[in-house]
Amino acid sequence: MAISREEVEHVAFLARLGLTDDEKRTFQEQLSGILEYMRALSELDTSAIPPTAQVIPLRNVMRSDDVRPSLSPEAVLANAPDREDDFLRVPPVLE
Amino acid sequence: MSVRAIGAPRSQQSAETTQWFECNEATHCRPRLHSSPYNKGAMVAATAYEPVIGLEVHVQLQTKSKMFCGCSAAYAGAEPNTHVCPVCMALPGVLPVINRQAVEYAFMAGLALNCEIPEASKFDRKNYPYPDLVKGYQISQYDRPFNVNGWIDIDVDGETRRIGITRAHLEEDTAKLTHKRERGSLRSLVDLNRAGVPLLEIVSEPDIRSPAEGRAYLQKLRLTVQTLGVSTGNMEEGAMRCDVNVSLRPVGTERFGTKVEVKNLNSARSVQRALEYEMIRQAEVLERGERVAQETRGWDDDRGITVSQRSKEDAHDYRYFPEPDLPPIFVGREWVDELRARLPELPDARRERYMRDFGLSHYDAVQLTSSLGTSTYFESVIARYANPKIVANWIQGELFRVARSLNVEVEGTRVTPDHLAELLTLVDDGTVSQAMAKGILEEVAQSGQPPKALIAERGLAQISDTSELDRAVAEAIAANPQAAADYKAGKTSAMGFLTGQVMKATRGKANPGVVNDLLKRQLDRI
Amino acid sequence: MALHELTIHESLAELRAGNISSVELTDAYLERIAQVDPQVQAYLTVTADRARADAHRADEARARGEEAPLLGVPIALKDIFCTTGIETTCASRILKGFVPPYDATVVAKLAEAGAVLLGKTNMDEFAMGSSTENSAFMATHNPWDLDRVPGGSSGGSAAAVAAGLAAAALGTDTGGSIRQPAALCGVVGIKPTYGRVSRYGVIAFASSLDQVGPFARNVADCALMLRTISGQDPFDSTSLPEPVPDYAARLDGDLHGMRIGIPDEYFVAGMEPGVETAVRRAIDTLVELGAEVGAVSLPHSQYALATYYLIAPAEASANLARYDSVKYGYRAPHVKSVEDSYMRSRGEGFGTEVKRRIRLGTYALSSGYYDAYYLKAQKVRTLIKADFDAAFQRFDALVAPTSPSVAFPLGARTQDPLTMYLSDVCTLPPSLAGLPALSMPCGLSDGLPVGLQIIGPALGEETILRVAAAYERASDWRPTIPAIG
Repeated sequence: MAISREEVEHVAFLARLGLTDDEKRTFQEQLSGILEYMRALSELDTSAIPPTAQVIPLRNVMRSDDVRPSLSPEAVLANAPDREDDFLRVPPVLE
Repeated sequence: MSVRAIGAPRSQQSAETTQWFECNEATHCRPRLHSSPYNKGAMVAATAYEPVIGLEVHVQLQTKSKMFCGCSAAYAGAEPNTHVCPVCMALPGVLPVINRQAVEYAFMAGLALNCEIPEASKFDRKNYPYPDLVKGYQISQYDRPFNVNGWIDIDVDGETRRIGITRAHLEEDTAKLTHKRERGSLRSLVDLNRAGVPLLEIVSEPDIRSPAEGRAYLQKLRLTVQTLGVSTGNMEEGAMRCDVNVSLRPVGTERFGTKVEVKNLNSARSVQRALEYEMIRQAEVLERGERVAQETRGWDDDRGITVSQRSKEDAHDYRYFPEPDLPPIFVGREWVDELRARLPELPDARRERYMRDFGLSHYDAVQLTSSLGTSTYFESVIARYANPKIVANWIQGELFRVARSLNVEVEGTRVTPDHLAELLTLVDDGTVSQAMAKGILEEVAQSGQPPKALIAERGLAQISDTSELDRAVAEAIAANPQAAADYKAGKTSAMGFLTGQVMKATRGKANPGVVNDLLKRQLDRI
Repeated sequence: MALHELTIHESLAELRAGNISSVELTDAYLERIAQVDPQVQAYLTVTADRARADAHRADEARARGEEAPLLGVPIALKDIFCTTGIETTCASRILKGFVPPYDATVVAKLAEAGAVLLGKTNMDEFAMGSSTENSAFMATHNPWDLDRVPGGSSGGSAAAVAAGLAAAALGTDTGGSIRQPAALCGVVGIKPTYGRVSRYGVIAFASSLDQVGPFARNVADCALMLRTISGQDPFDSTSLPEPVPDYAARLDGDLHGMRIGIPDEYFVAGMEPGVETAVRRAIDTLVELGAEVGAVSLPHSQYALATYYLIAPAEASANLARYDSVKYGYRAPHVKSVEDSYMRSRGEGFGTEVKRRIRLGTYALSSGYYDAYYLKAQKVRTLIKADFDAAFQRFDALVAPTSPSVAFPLGARTQDPLTMYLSDVCTLPPSLAGLPALSMPCGLSDGLPVGLQIIGPALGEETILRVAAAYERASDWRPTIPAIG
């Protein structure tokens, strides 16, 4: 199935991935091709089949409410692209 | 609600602190509205339209550690980025581990809100890129929440209404984002301390029909989580946050109008004010023959208005899918029963008990159970002074008045339950009169001194000692022969005059009853 | 025999006998890396100082009479494992310079076991690829033919072990990323049962599929490595509680009574004749060893590729959302707003294949397509798992090719994503079912190694290792380090 340029742009926005016009074109083609291949699944009648999200038989895996030591602010900020005092600094959020 | 709003900076406007204060404020909210430019709208809203209101409330659960890691959840007042570990800062490679206490608090809240607890529930990823959301998704619950189909009863103007609760599910809080302007450049600062603190999101049915009900619902939720001990319910500190959905429809019609969401409500009072404002605003729009825009608005507490937020709501697509890092939760009957057994006495049960065991009126019982502080105060007083009705009257009368004047809650005054019990005993044994006791209560509230000590220090005790009063009575009769004569002549009113003279002479300390007897006896002897 | 040619068991024997020290062994590997890695390019980071320090500590410990399963053995880690104080990039520009403040659980376990860390190996960016050509930094070359790919995504680890640049290495396998490079480089690699090894500290690609596993030159070494890293981890809620057997201790015995199924669907059209010949010959050997071999059908295998390439990218689209240039990672220059920073930092920081899969996954989860793609794939995943459940009613293990082709030339498949995806067609189904599977050499085709895949039921690691060991003893294949260049 073909995917429209608008869909490509919406997906790019949802995924927060900047796209050059070239990328938009190639991605539009490739995604269409890949999705075409995926259509193979629609051959199967899965109306009565439950989905599998996890293959492990585990349930109720929990920890007790114990406090463990945190990192030092320096360790927290060590890899930060930008900081101000002990805060992470990001460009302004334009609402 | 969108995670953006959870993380949004909150107004510092401090909220009201006590039940009566809210009522009081509420009542003089309305006149203020009528004097506003929305006069006409106010009338229209009040008559032609009915509001349909639903609340989404986020409650921080007071666990020791965060929802999915061992960092301390007690971040209030901490230095920035000091309660952070690889997990809650979403370093590459980390995995969440569920905090059992948070899960149990969520179920206990569900039980207290009369919810059904489905046997199977799970966590999902809610995808939403924003700088306060460290993973780029929030671990929340989508189609299998912990609690569904509950309700609570609220009391408004003596009427009880049942508000449905759609669901109450567990999720994680976001980081704190602060928008800065000074020092030249615009930028935003991120503090990760709050990231990953457990939140219970409680979503109501659109059953609320007035701003006052909206406020009462929120207060009832707060009282419930406080009573359970699962949250401080402290709205000023953001431990409880509220969004409202409100639409208007012509009175008598069934179909819902266009829904407007109002965010950033940080007190029960602002919920009521925002709802009142929206009703009027929407009524005006409708009266102009226009349609209400479906949008998200923010409440500006200082200006007392809602403001349209330019929002990409339409572009939101949360792409929920099951959290692959967390196996599902299955609650067996035993677990639920064990949790139910751990529930304390809930507000409704307490109110009923006050009516049943103490013979209090429904109104009094509601007043005394409307805040955890008040009911705790009430119960510790009657533990020392076994007349609930008198205690109830004093708390709702004098103590509420004193607390209001000091702008604190009952338990926040310097009048301890011991003080009140002591004072009431002193009234009973005639040490002080009712009138004097009220004054003494205010003095105690000021000084924090125990009533007995205060009375001794100020020499405020009543004189009931006859030998001491005999002289004063004799003098009064001697000094007012005409009054005495009138009395003998059958003018009983003269008795009041003479009593007044004695009271004056003793600077009000004489026990009026005793004075009366002595006067009679002496005059009869004449 | 040069020190870098010794297997782990041989090295440990020499170390315990006091014939060599860990420092000598480690220096030999560092020397070998200096000579050969410029051609192979298996390592992104060589931690020489750390390695010598580890080795020195190991020698001291041994001198004190202490023992540990891997005491003094030099190993390598795929650059997907977080290592305290050592740059960890996942071969992505977006993580260039990222230095974790914590160790992955498996890294801590290896250190506890006395292993010596030689360095971090190259990979496809965020483990997305089948040739290691998607590394943001360099391509790794196949030691058997430097013009060919080592496979991927754990190509650096596979090439390092194959070229004698480490005694063993760890990789991760989401859809074949251990087995396929093991096959193409002629080494043994195992992907354990999902949940057998902790994922904590392993940079996530597709959380419901990712599993950690070892590469080594023979089955016994692989078993030893696996035992060292396996076990439940309180920091990974999906790790399994079952006790970890001593895999290496149960490798003897022939295959009498062992029922081995051969899935028809794995001998796919387009499989290279040389690969099929080698695999068929290996199967004959299993029969000679007493195994009862029979055909079995896994009818939904043909849907595995589509299923995998919906589920994995969907999970990846969320797992990679944290790379937002707020807390760590690349930030594009002169960004005007957070929105601008997201779009450009991610647009410039991620490579083509990663972006392709994030978009694909985002699309598969987006409203209106969720049911048709993501949910559908999860349901088909149920059918694929059911195929295996049925097969393991009748068989103890399944044997198939690991890859339909031997190592292909660098650049041969980079232009067409689907062809590249098809490299994993034989390894995807067991991944979707969460089953243990290993790949081991079963001969050469045109002078290039061919991989034999042995698949077991959940927690059937012991079984497949036993089959592998029996075959290894019987076959004429011997661990070989090819002449480089």
